[in-house]
Amino acid sequence: MIPASFDYVRVDTAEQAIAALTERGDDAKLLAGGHSLLPLMKLRLATPALLVDVGRLRELSYVRDAGDHVAVGALTRHCELEKDLVALEHVPLLAHVAAQVGDPQVRHRGTIGGSVAHGDPASDLPATVLALGGTLVLRGPEGERTVAAADFHHGFLETALAPDEMLVEVRVPKMNGARWSFQKFNRRAQDWAIVGVVALHNGTTAVSLVNMGSVPIRATAVEEAVARGDGATVAAEQADVGTEPSSDVNASSEYRRHLARVLVRRALEEVGV
Amino acid sequence: MLAAVAGRKRAHVKVSVSINGADYEQDVEPRLLLAHFIREVAGLTGTNIGCDTTSCGACTVLVEGESVKSCTMLAVQADGMTITTIEGLATDGKLHPIQEAFRDHHALQCGFCTPGMVMALVSFLAEHPDPTEREVREGLEGNLCRCTGYHNIVVAALAAARSSDLAGVGLMGGSA
Repeated sequence: MIPASFDYVRVDTAEQAIAALTERGDDAKLLAGGHSLLPLMKLRLATPALLVDVGRLRELSYVRDAGDHVAVGALTRHCELEKDLVALEHVPLLAHVAAQVGDPQVRHRGTIGGSVAHGDPASDLPATVLALGGTLVLRGPEGERTVAAADFHHGFLETALAPDEMLVEVRVPKMNGARWSFQKFNRRAQDWAIVGVVALHNGTTAVSLVNMGSVPIRATAVEEAVARGDGATVAAEQADVGTEPSSDVNASSEYRRHLARVLVRRALEEVGV
Repeated sequence: MLAAVAGRKRAHVKVSVSINGADYEQDVEPRLLLAHFIREVAGLTGTNIGCDTTSCGACTVLVEGESVKSCTMLAVQADGMTITTIEGLATDGKLHPIQEAFRDHHALQCGFCTPGMVMALVSFLAEHPDPTEREVREGLEGNLCRCTGYHNIVVAALAAARSSDLAGVGLMGGSA
């Protein structure tokens, strides 16, 4: 499969990338590792006229201890995040989930910024950043702004990013010893989650869902049930409340609802609810 | 607008890469995939294209020493980089220890997945020099064998990891 033809420019700085986006607007797409975008282009589901290659912006590849949170540069590859000592110490959930994305070859190319900015509800990392209460740093021609992960995803492959903006950093609060669980159900090892669940527990409980609608979502009904004192089994019955899971070749909508209830129960049990 | 886009002549881009120690330079369409550059420009057909959807791993090569599915990388993304394919592993007529282990343990049936399996393992064993069987199986999750011959592939991988030869040749054959 061959992508539709496009123009290509490789940039050396984020400013050059934003300038190219400003000039070409909706016609242009940023290319990082390419492991979400190139498959779509090969299927001709995406036909950008210009690819702006940001894959060599190594200054945006970092994991930093930033006091109350950990700052992850958008170009940080999954294979780097999964082994990073700062991430393993302060946000072990994020490092663990990075190690569950795709397969080793995919993790050698894929980046956290690419995964989050792509906005696929079946991806593991966006739901993880959501459960962690993360913040995204977007840079555009006017400078930077921050958007809460909860406000970032607008629809299937649609995000708060303006056509001339670039996601440059993902910030996640330190977990401070919170218990966590990541449940991913798929039929083949390397596949996307048919349904996934991220749970965090440290006094309060946060639960988010992978692939249970057009965007990654918090299971607020479950969180409220736990806050009321319900145990894992009872609270997990609320797992599919407010979700709109799709039906596809892997699973029916009803089966996804069933999976969500089972996986949320397992996740809550693992974090000690 | 779509018609205008489709009808427009796009600029070619110069790609220079080192593959198995030899330099290749060519003006290519930006949409040319690395797998096609390797097979059609460099003429190295040991790298197979299987699923073409980032699933099967038959097209796995090393880019800067790390395993990558070359059907999901543009040739222009590899510009200036060092690539190793299955043809680059043997040195002076001597098979790489992982190739040797595949032969010793009959780790192939039809052979189509084999180049990708071997390249994935070169990268994996460089990152995990002393793996458990489970780690080998997880390390190969990006490579599918339609003959379902995984058992002997895992046996060969573990044997190669234990082989003193592997430490001797390093990451990429005798050149590393």
